[in-house]
Amino acid sequence: MADTVREQKRDLQKLNTDYEAKYGFRDPVNYFHKGARGLSHEVVEMISKLKGEPRWMADRRHEALDIFYAKPMPKWGNTKLLNEIDFANIYYFMKPIEHQGKSWDDVPDYIKNTFDRLGIPEAEKTFLGGVSAQYESEVVYHSMKDELRKQGIVFLDMDSGLREYEDIVKKYFGTIIPSTDNKFAALNTAVWSGGSFIYVPPGVDVKVPLQAYFRINAENMGQFERTLIIADKGARVHYIEGCTAPVYSTDSLHSAVVELIALDGAYIRYTTIQNWSRNIYNLVTKRAEAHAHATVEWVDGNLGSRLTMKYPCVQLVGEGARGEILSVAFAGVDQHQDAGAKVIHAAPNTSSRITSKSISKDNGRASYRGLVKVYKNATNAKVSVECDALLIGEDARSDTYPTMEIDNDQVRVEHEARVSKVAEEQLFYLTSRGLTEDEARLLIVNGFMEPFTKELPLEYAVELNRLIELEMEGSVG
Amino acid sequence: MSNTQPLFEFKNLHVEVEGKKVVDGVSLSIRPGEIHAIMGPNGSGKSSLSNALMGHPSYKIISGEAHLAGKNILEMSPDERSRTGLFLAFQYPLAIPGVSVANFLRAALQAHRGKDADMSDFRKLLKNEMKALSMDPAFATRYVNEGFSGGEKKRFEVLQMTVLNPLMAIMDETDSGLDIDALKTVAEGINRYHNEKNGLLLVTHYQRLLNYIKPHYVHVMMTGNIVRSGGPELALQLEEKGYDWIANEVGVKAEV
Repeated sequence: MADTVREQKRDLQKLNTDYEAKYGFRDPVNYFHKGARGLSHEVVEMISKLKGEPRWMADRRHEALDIFYAKPMPKWGNTKLLNEIDFANIYYFMKPIEHQGKSWDDVPDYIKNTFDRLGIPEAEKTFLGGVSAQYESEVVYHSMKDELRKQGIVFLDMDSGLREYEDIVKKYFGTIIPSTDNKFAALNTAVWSGGSFIYVPPGVDVKVPLQAYFRINAENMGQFERTLIIADKGARVHYIEGCTAPVYSTDSLHSAVVELIALDGAYIRYTTIQNWSRNIYNLVTKRAEAHAHATVEWVDGNLGSRLTMKYPCVQLVGEGARGEILSVAFAGVDQHQDAGAKVIHAAPNTSSRITSKSISKDNGRASYRGLVKVYKNATNAKVSVECDALLIGEDARSDTYPTMEIDNDQVRVEHEARVSKVAEEQLFYLTSRGLTEDEARLLIVNGFMEPFTKELPLEYAVELNRLIELEMEGSVG
Repeated sequence: MSNTQPLFEFKNLHVEVEGKKVVDGVSLSIRPGEIHAIMGPNGSGKSSLSNALMGHPSYKIISGEAHLAGKNILEMSPDERSRTGLFLAFQYPLAIPGVSVANFLRAALQAHRGKDADMSDFRKLLKNEMKALSMDPAFATRYVNEGFSGGEKKRFEVLQMTVLNPLMAIMDETDSGLDIDALKTVAEGINRYHNEKNGLLLVTHYQRLLNYIKPHYVHVMMTGNIVRSGGPELALQLEEKGYDWIANEVGVKAEV
């Protein structure tokens, strides 16, 4: 990290802000299509009609809605908070503008200003290959550099993906995460809108990251983006997503489904810096399939939200496939981060590594929930799981729910779990060098996060450290 | 030198740890440019004194006073004491996982200079100070005290001191755990830091560090107090005759 804590602190003071001012602002809701609260087959049909979808997709939506109705709420995780979700009070579809912009000048000023404040156009200019900006239900701005297009790389919003590449979408949509997988995957399939569609042709290396940014603006909004990324044989791609929302007193719901397919020898890295306001339920299903000698890496940063339940998964279905899940979760006041990872070894010589780091502060609660499954045929599988929890304050809580199902004898498994507190001796050591207690605590926390932040592009690492600093302010230690 | 005001002075200090008295009325006065050594057997209270002076929360100062450059440090938090110019080289430095040596030192120096101060000279300063201590440049990227050998830890304490350049440095057993080459390097670093304006207090069990850093005054501490003070010759006498010699003379038990 080039920046030090103090420089970041100074920058932050210049901004003179907290979440509310920096991310939590809101725009008026004068949309092209606002819709009404509540969920029904009529709403589903309306969404599909507005998008002019093929009938098979409309049928998939209706079928998924029935599955959603039929499935009970999960009986694990934070059931109390889950059961407080009022599905009838949510807006399932809001289309802010009629046509997507190809340049920022095509986008209405208030939306452009929003993304300006979030730094998206600036990041696009400096280091991204393509940007997709979703506002409520639809992608309002989308652009990719010409040189990437010339290589045959497809990066579209999911609605356009379905229109322009129907065959590919039909082949893969819902194959990794079927509607029957869980109640929220069914809900997403019924009302999905927006998200990204990426196809990288065989052997093509996307050398700069592609980014999508998801912004919720309206109160009681439900955002249900759907993302499908296919890296063909030997292809490589790094996709980054970020997200924020205004601060409201009532809850909004974010429930995405993300499916990744890494064909033989391909490489996909999927980086998330989630920074939801504290009134968001974030219930997301993310799963990847890695074919022979392919690699999938989830780099998953969970900040904010009221309740997050998210367990990125890699299914290692081809010989020599590799999966890595590196996640951090920060649970502050009244927050519950129920995050984790799943790896399924279903082929020989596959390997996986899970690194989970969580910080709980004040009465925040961070849970690691993990599953490692090694099938009988997965000879010589290598599994490594490391969970590290840091508690700040007497009321902070951390739980670990690791599950391992190993059906093959020739497997190497390593598992480590640690819970620690910021030690008084560490604080004394740092303060004796002139740092205040708050600065010392922040330095310790940033150090704890370092295995994660060092995996991020520099701009995101700086941003993440700033977010952590916001969370740490007023810490009671 | 004798006319100068004290740089660092403490009087009649009483220190308790968990209700147990560990320092029992110690006084000392150090003028600018002076090197003092406090020697004593294990358990004599010399490390407790060092920690209490720096403001360790477990070492409660019950009574007494302590001033650095005329300022009452006992009312200050450890970070304020540091920014006032006090430094303690730890006997057992702590690991801070994930925080690099460079970032740690940069944060500390920024804290001393003020948050808006220019830091453009930092890299060069760090490079030079590391070179003077025969440290590999890659050391700057390692995490603070994580997996350091005993020698690396002590060398890093001295590096922190030379980067922060305090008014008054207390070295708590900085010589322990060092082989002879490392001891020489560390001593050179300490000597390079020392000048006519700053003060140095060496806290040590053994005389051997004093072969390389010449103190002006040597104090012997036993059962929580200074029982004898003298010149450098006192250290040599101790080396020769052992702590029991003084214990017998002053009528206390050397080991607590």
